Formats: sequence, C-alpha cells, structure tokens
Amino acid sequence: MEGYNSIKETEREIVDEFSFLESWDDKYQYIIELGKKVQPLEEENKKDENRVRGCQSTVWLVADYRNGRVYFKAESNSTIVQGLISMLIRVLSGQKPDDIVEAKLDFLNEIGMMTHLAQTRSNGLLAMVKQMKNYALAYKLKHESV
Amino acid sequence: MMPSATIQKEYDVYSVRKHFPILDREVKNKPLVYFDNAATTQKPKVVIDALVEYYSRFNANIHRGIHSLAEEATAAFEATRDTAKHFINAAAREEIIFTGGTTEGINLVAQTWGRQNINKGDEIIISTMEHHSNIVPWHVLSQEKGAVLKAIPVTETGELILEEFEKMLSTKTKIVAITYASNSLGTINPVKKIIEKAHAAGAVVLLDGAQSTVHLDIDVQQLDCDFYAFSSHKIYGPTGVGVLYGKKNLLEAMPVYQGGGEMIKEVSFTGITYNDLPYKFEAGTPNIADTVAFKAALDFVSHIGKEKIRKHENELLAYATNQLEQVPGLKIIGRAKEKVSVVSFVVDKVHPQDLGILLDNRGVAVRTGHHCTQPLMDFFCIPGTTRASFAMYNTIEEIDVLTEGLHKAIKMLA
Repeated sequence: MEGYNSIKETEREIVDEFSFLESWDDKYQYIIELGKKVQPLEEENKKDENRVRGCQSTVWLVADYRNGRVYFKAESNSTIVQGLISMLIRVLSGQKPDDIVEAKLDFLNEIGMMTHLAQTRSNGLLAMVKQMKNYALAYKLKHESV
Repeated sequence: MMPSATIQKEYDVYSVRKHFPILDREVKNKPLVYFDNAATTQKPKVVIDALVEYYSRFNANIHRGIHSLAEEATAAFEATRDTAKHFINAAAREEIIFTGGTTEGINLVAQTWGRQNINKGDEIIISTMEHHSNIVPWHVLSQEKGAVLKAIPVTETGELILEEFEKMLSTKTKIVAITYASNSLGTINPVKKIIEKAHAAGAVVLLDGAQSTVHLDIDVQQLDCDFYAFSSHKIYGPTGVGVLYGKKNLLEAMPVYQGGGEMIKEVSFTGITYNDLPYKFEAGTPNIADTVAFKAALDFVSHIGKEKIRKHENELLAYATNQLEQVPGLKIIGRAKEKVSVVSFVVDKVHPQDLGILLDNRGVAVRTGHHCTQPLMDFFCIPGTTRASFAMYNTIEEIDVLTEGLHKAIKMLA
C-alpha cells in the first residue's frame, strides 16, 4: 500500500489533532482555518450538476477516478462547511471505491461533530458524505464490475 | 390562575422570564439566548400546565359525547374559540375556524373560496415579501385554473411599493393575499390601505397574520379584511393549532374543505347535509388539547398587556439595530419605518450559516437562511440572512451577548 494511508489511519490522525483542541471555539477556529486553506474549484466545475443539495450553504463536489482510486475536490460558500469537507476529502480522497462505500467515518462522532452539527438538515454534512459514497459506488459499478 | 402578583405594573422583563421554564436551560454550557421567536415562541408555564391538566382531567372527544368528560372537554375547546374571537375582535364566534396553523388556513381559502371564485384569466395579487406559505397555495391554484399570479414589488428598504399595487389592481383581480408583517424583514405593511384599495376594485383580501398577531393589536372588523390566518405557536401557544378568520357571508358561501366527521349534519349515500359554521370546516377530531391550551396563551398575553409587550419589544429592536449597525461589515436588510421586532442582516464575506453555527456555540439561537422567502432573497441578491427576532422575555443583556458573539465570530472567520 505504498504511500496511501488507510481511511482508518487518517481518521485517527484527525482525532489526535482534535484532542489538542479543548474548547469548541478552538475546534471551530481549527475547522475555519482548514476551510480557508481549501483551493477554490475551477469556475467550470461550479455547475448545477456538481451541487450537493444541503439546505443553506452551497457545496460543489467533483469526483475523479484514476487507477482504481477515487479523488475528490470541493468548495462551499460557508467556511465552516468547507473546513468539514476538507476533512472528509482528506479521509476519503485517493481511496478505493469499496473502502469509501464502506467507511464508517467514526471520526466525525469522536471529534464531536455529529452531536454539534449533524442533527439538522441544514448543514449538509451528511448529504456530502452520501454524495461521496454515491460517486464511489458509481465508479465501482462502471469500472470494476465483471 | 393568572400569575398577577409577579407581574408589575411597569414592565418587568425579569418577572416575565420566570414564567418560561425553558429560559433556565443552558445550550453548549452557556445560558440560552433565544432569538428565534419569529420561527416559534417559547411557552409559559400556564400553557404547559393547561396541556397537562387537559390530559390529566378532561380528555375526551368533543361535541358528540353525552358524558361529563365530553361536556367538559367541549366547553374548554369552545372557550378558546370565544377567546380567539375577542383577541382579533371578530364579529361572531362562527367566524373563527380552527386549523393546524397559518399554512393550513391559507390553503383552506385557496382550495375552497379560490376554487369556487377564481377562473381562467383572473388575477391573484401577493407580494415579493411573502412567506412560501402565502405563495405556493396561490401558485397551485393559478396553475389549476389558468389564473395569473402577480407580486407587488418592494423597495430597497423592504417596503411594498403601493403605486405599483394600485397599477396592478383591475376588475380581473379576485383576491389580494398579503402578509401583515414580514417574517424575514419585520416590515409592517399598510394593510388597511391595501384592503381599501382592493375592496374598491372588487377583490377580497386575505391577511397572513403569522407574524403580526403576537406583536400588534388585531381588529379584523376595523381592518375590514375578509380572511385572517394565524398560528398559536408564534403567540406563546402550542404547535399544531391556528385560526382562520373569515367573514361569515364568505364562509357560508364557500364549499367544504375536507370531508369527515364533525363537518356534517346528515350523511346518506345519496346526499349529505353539511354542518353549520364553524364546524363545516373542522372535519375529524380536532387538535383538542393544544386548542384548549392555546386559550391559556392568549389569556397570558392579554393579561400582561400587548401594549406593554410591544413597548418592550420596540426598545429591544431599537437597541439591537443600533448595536448591530456598529459591527464592521454588517448590513441590516429591511429598514422599513414600521417594523415588528425582527432584525435581519448580512455580513461582508461571511456566510450566514457560519454565523449561526458560531453563535449557537455561545448559546445564542438565531435563524439563518432564506426564511422561506426565496423570492425576497433573490430581490436583495443574497442567499439568505441571519435573523434575530425578539419576544416579551428577551433582554438588553441578551442583545449584548449577540453582538459580542458576532464580533468574535467575524474575527474568527476573517
């Protein structure tokens, strides 16, 4: 597995990083900083078919399949959502379709994000996870079915 | 019993707060600051007690039972109708129809009066600042009938352009359905004038009273509106109940809405005689418990006094507007001269959702997004706003928590 962290390994790294952040202010500040670092998507990718339907913020998600692995890029007009996406991308991008489909993403629970954010439909975090898994499943069916 | 001893002659917000148990709780380890009152208000203990008491002592199905519990439950249910009649000064109790809320009230009118009276080529006038609840039912009706839906435009300050409204009015106009107060901007519309002009053109008028009823003195006879719809839960009462007021002659001429028990006199397979008003529009077992407790909410508001509450809320609005204007990059959306206690704003380069999340982390509940008024957000070319809306129990200190939270959030996001 040259050069690729497994999904579980990356999740563990993120949980470790968050363990240094004591208050929720610190956690949000960290997520905001992650969000600010995200490279903006190319304008041509910001089209309706790449939009993830969340309730409030707009998110564009682009997926690509190369050598048996799925790569993601995304952008949101909400900085916090963008930070959350960048964590999802860090965990899932470059992984095999099967692993993405089956990923439990427990780290979201462990860093407290599920209880803090995911309870309402408004933040789109779960919609984002679902969309990434859908892409993985589609690539799997397209490229890997016999 | 009304808690008269604890409410001072002068408005004492700290005494008022004691009636609302939820205000004692914490959110994210901070005292709750609840500024989402335009979405729903919190409930005083008298309302919560009324619900418990209803289920503990009176629960029975109403109107048809001959036994004592049914009699008592019916009396309690019908007492709310009388209180609601007085609250909006309707001419007769038959004009008070219980619904599930404002949305159902508007749909009822669109589906009964609308289907009977709107024909191909007729025109329905709404406004750009309507809630989706006062757009979609008319859109559905106009699609079905081939009617035309027109919207009164608004100014940059968030006020209706009445000259444009007057130009729209014609003999084709059958109904004008307009909000009394805007949920996303707070604007109080000059509905008296609108009603006069609409009537002069031969149209009937429905007022969406979802936001206005809690803040303003409502007199449907003085306003002369034909229909007025509002919800209990936005006026300190339970969810799932509302009132549709309609002028008696209109309600009598309207076809029935939903069919079922309660709304009939006699049923055979060859013919049905419908019940009299208001029961004609109240099919099936209604939401008895919440309707009974709704009375406690209306009595509570009347007891404290709408005028005093309004004065307090206006002070909060003025203070909040002043404080928010000093936040760098913040722009208030909706600067009408007449407003209910709602302040909506955007901040340069900051998404409302991020503000909402960071404020929640400080225990402050605001609403972010389009507030179910997408056409209005399109007019202002914004995806949404952050909205703080104030109620009788909010304080100046809470507004300070909001502005301090905003300063910090903006710093974090900068």
